[in-house]
Amino acid sequence: MSDELSKPFTESSLSKEELMKMNRERRVQIITFAFMIFLTVLAFIAVGMEMIEPSFAIPFILLLAVVQFVLQLFYFMHLKDKDHQWPNAFMLTGIVVATPAVIALVLLLGVTKY
Amino acid sequence: MSDSVDVSKGLPSNPEKATLEGKNKFLGFWVFLGGETIMFATFFGTFLGLKEGTAAGPTADELFSLPLVFIMTMLLLTSSLTSVLAMFSMKKNNFKNMMILTAITVVLGLGFLGFEIYEFYEYLHHGLGYTTSAFASSFYTLVGLHGAHVVFGLSWFITLMIRYSRTGGITLTNAPKFYLASLYWHFIDVVWVFIFTVVYLMSIGGA
Repeated sequence: MSDELSKPFTESSLSKEELMKMNRERRVQIITFAFMIFLTVLAFIAVGMEMIEPSFAIPFILLLAVVQFVLQLFYFMHLKDKDHQWPNAFMLTGIVVATPAVIALVLLLGVTKY
Repeated sequence: MSDSVDVSKGLPSNPEKATLEGKNKFLGFWVFLGGETIMFATFFGTFLGLKEGTAAGPTADELFSLPLVFIMTMLLLTSSLTSVLAMFSMKKNNFKNMMILTAITVVLGLGFLGFEIYEFYEYLHHGLGYTTSAFASSFYTLVGLHGAHVVFGLSWFITLMIRYSRTGGITLTNAPKFYLASLYWHFIDVVWVFIFTVVYLMSIGGA
């Protein structure tokens, strides 16, 4: 069996339907990428143009970052696909711990003032 | 477990998870990424807490330049796409295409790294040493940690490419390795999304 594992294949076992599904997914990925580029440009414009109030621009670019975060994880890293329940659980655990950690650090360091 | 893999019709449709070893690597790597999320969160929190402490040294406003950060962002985002496309080639058993796309990813990553080194070098010239202020330390640590991840990711890709260039095809052994390297690269991009938003854009726009 170990021979089998390090042997290249001459062909792919993908059926026609699977191949079509994959090509469709690929198209979705490229659209996702274009959308992420758009969001990035939007964030840079929101700050670079200096026309938008910081009180609005900051939450706005943070929201854009969260959207990009979700797109990356679910599309590029395939978290939306099946057989990804555990990866979803792990990432969710990470986020659940990370969020209060950030908030606590900002508040505590803000109080002690370096 | 790996005995149950059907290889009679060619490369299985999900070669990275066809064997038990591949499944384990996949699961273990996601545990690692969950932990990495928390580690980066602590560095982000530290930076946010300390960014006002410039101690009469250069401030973020004086240093950061949007065009440079924009180019770096575009390089890393595009490399994330080529890495995704490389994984499609892998599933289609197109080894040559996968290697080319991975090589493009590496080139884009090296470009990013070059800009980052230039950036740090510039800041140093403007008087922002590592110990200049609380802002400087937390900035260099956070962005430098991300840069270290980029270096590691690039070395990972290059090692895989050199090691499997002679194999000349996708196997059930190397498919999980390429897949995980690609996941790692996406994660680096995810972290960068927050760095350019929280570190650069918020420092420039939030003043």
